[in-house]
Amino acid sequence: MTINQLSVFIENRRGRLAEITNILKNNEVDIRALSIADTKEFGILRLIVNHAQKAADVLRAEGFTVALTQVVAIGIDDRPGGLAAAMEVLRDNEISVEYMYAFISRAEDTAYVILRVADNEAAVRIFTENGFKVMCSDEF
Amino acid sequence: MFFQKEIETMPRSKIRELQLERLKWTVAYCYENIPFYHKRLSDAGVTPDKIKCLSDIQYIPFTTKADIRDTYPFGLFGKPLKEIVRIHASSGTTGKPTVVGYTRHDLDVWSDCVARLCTAVGTTDEDIVQISFGYGLFTGALGLHYGLEKIGATVVPASSGNTQKQVMLLKDFGVTALVSTPSYALYMSEVAKEMGVSNDELKLRLGLFGSEGCTPEMRMQVEKGFGLFATDNYGMSELMGPGVSGECEHRCGLHINEDHFLAEVIDAQTGDVLREGESGELVVTTLTKEGIPMLRYRTKDITRLHYEPCACGRTFARMEKTTGRTDDMLKIRGVNVFPSQIESVLISLENIGPHYQLIVRREGYMDTLEVRVELIDSSLLDHYGALEQMQKTIKSKLHTVLGIDCKVSLIEPKSLERFQGKAKRVIDLRGQGNA
Repeated sequence: MTINQLSVFIENRRGRLAEITNILKNNEVDIRALSIADTKEFGILRLIVNHAQKAADVLRAEGFTVALTQVVAIGIDDRPGGLAAAMEVLRDNEISVEYMYAFISRAEDTAYVILRVADNEAAVRIFTENGFKVMCSDEF
Repeated sequence: MFFQKEIETMPRSKIRELQLERLKWTVAYCYENIPFYHKRLSDAGVTPDKIKCLSDIQYIPFTTKADIRDTYPFGLFGKPLKEIVRIHASSGTTGKPTVVGYTRHDLDVWSDCVARLCTAVGTTDEDIVQISFGYGLFTGALGLHYGLEKIGATVVPASSGNTQKQVMLLKDFGVTALVSTPSYALYMSEVAKEMGVSNDELKLRLGLFGSEGCTPEMRMQVEKGFGLFATDNYGMSELMGPGVSGECEHRCGLHINEDHFLAEVIDAQTGDVLREGESGELVVTTLTKEGIPMLRYRTKDITRLHYEPCACGRTFARMEKTTGRTDDMLKIRGVNVFPSQIESVLISLENIGPHYQLIVRREGYMDTLEVRVELIDSSLLDHYGALEQMQKTIKSKLHTVLGIDCKVSLIEPKSLERFQGKAKRVIDLRGQGNA
């Protein structure tokens, strides 16, 4: 019940994002969600795409350093307090988040949260037990 | 294996006898035939009859690259051009190149010297040797070329450049030995991988590397890349080209062809001759050269000399792999830093590639050193902590070795320039305005 995420190492140089997204375009990879965190010199671009393995292969072939990681994606209510409810569950079960990002869906009342935690299995179990919808890859 | 066993295993006393005889000849030859040396020696009060023993060499003034430039193009030649059959020139990056000339006898000695060091590492007439040095004025390619032909190897004069074609030739011709700079060999192995050519499809077993220094760590990378046995040889156009010295199969120093070269190590600052085993600048006097003899040429390479016989049976003195050049040395915040020290640290690390670049800047009154390395380990991408930790590790390892702080920049794989000849890994921006 986890999904594949790409992490791509990029230097802070003009045009690098355009290059990456063009490589994905040319290989008909569709981006579902992304997050970018950066320092002064480099950044890590994290992507959820429709064909993760293929995307990783084509980016590596172009010389990028790419990692594939399993992350947890959950659906939450798109209303004030929706995210807070999910975080409370993690707090109560002592699961800490390394990083996360969220986006809203086409469905009006749902948002998605991508989470990187130390123990995916435990997070999936706890979210399920508490009534959160844990997403799998083909649901994106 | 030996090419000229009798000479290469001569007792030390015989070597010294031969060297003295030839030193006397060389000093007299320079004094009588080359106005530059006549004046230089006269000014120093050295006439040929003053050379009575080998240590008398200390009275002879040094010759430098600047002397060769100042007498451009043929001022230091010992023979009229009618007797010069070949001209080479060094890759002069600043100003005029340094020009050297060879008589027929010089070329014969040269190919003997190269043949010896190729044989010493196990090259035979069964080998197919690809020479990936640029052919032309540079001595590297033609020097190795004639030496290898002399031992009967099959020579493939590929020259440098067009790396994909180089890999194709390696594979299709079943090349067994490669002549190149270590950095170009490393790049070639990367290209081979990209082309999907695995080491199993290649017959490469031996690398004859030269023309640039390389640390033992770098050498291991090259060996891993191509699955070959890497050996070093040493020379420079001012002295002859490749063939001054080279390793044997034991790889415990480079045997100097002492019947043709007299080596000393000096303190680069004071010019004093150092004792066996002390580290300093290599100074070489040619003993048989006619075209352009050199008296106490300052190589600017830093090494040590050892005179005990080698396990291979050779009695010629051995010089250690050079640890840097006096003019490579960076002075950063008053601390002497050799790029080779940095290379040793970087290449021992798993998560980064073997290529690197050093940038020296002056910010205000402060020198800064930036070390740029390519991140290749994707497992570090999972969180920033890992990347930062790695930067810190590199930084602290460099601090341990160099004694100064530097900035470590992680950059994308394959974004640093690859070199087909001598690698240029240091960019010194100091003294360029607001660098």
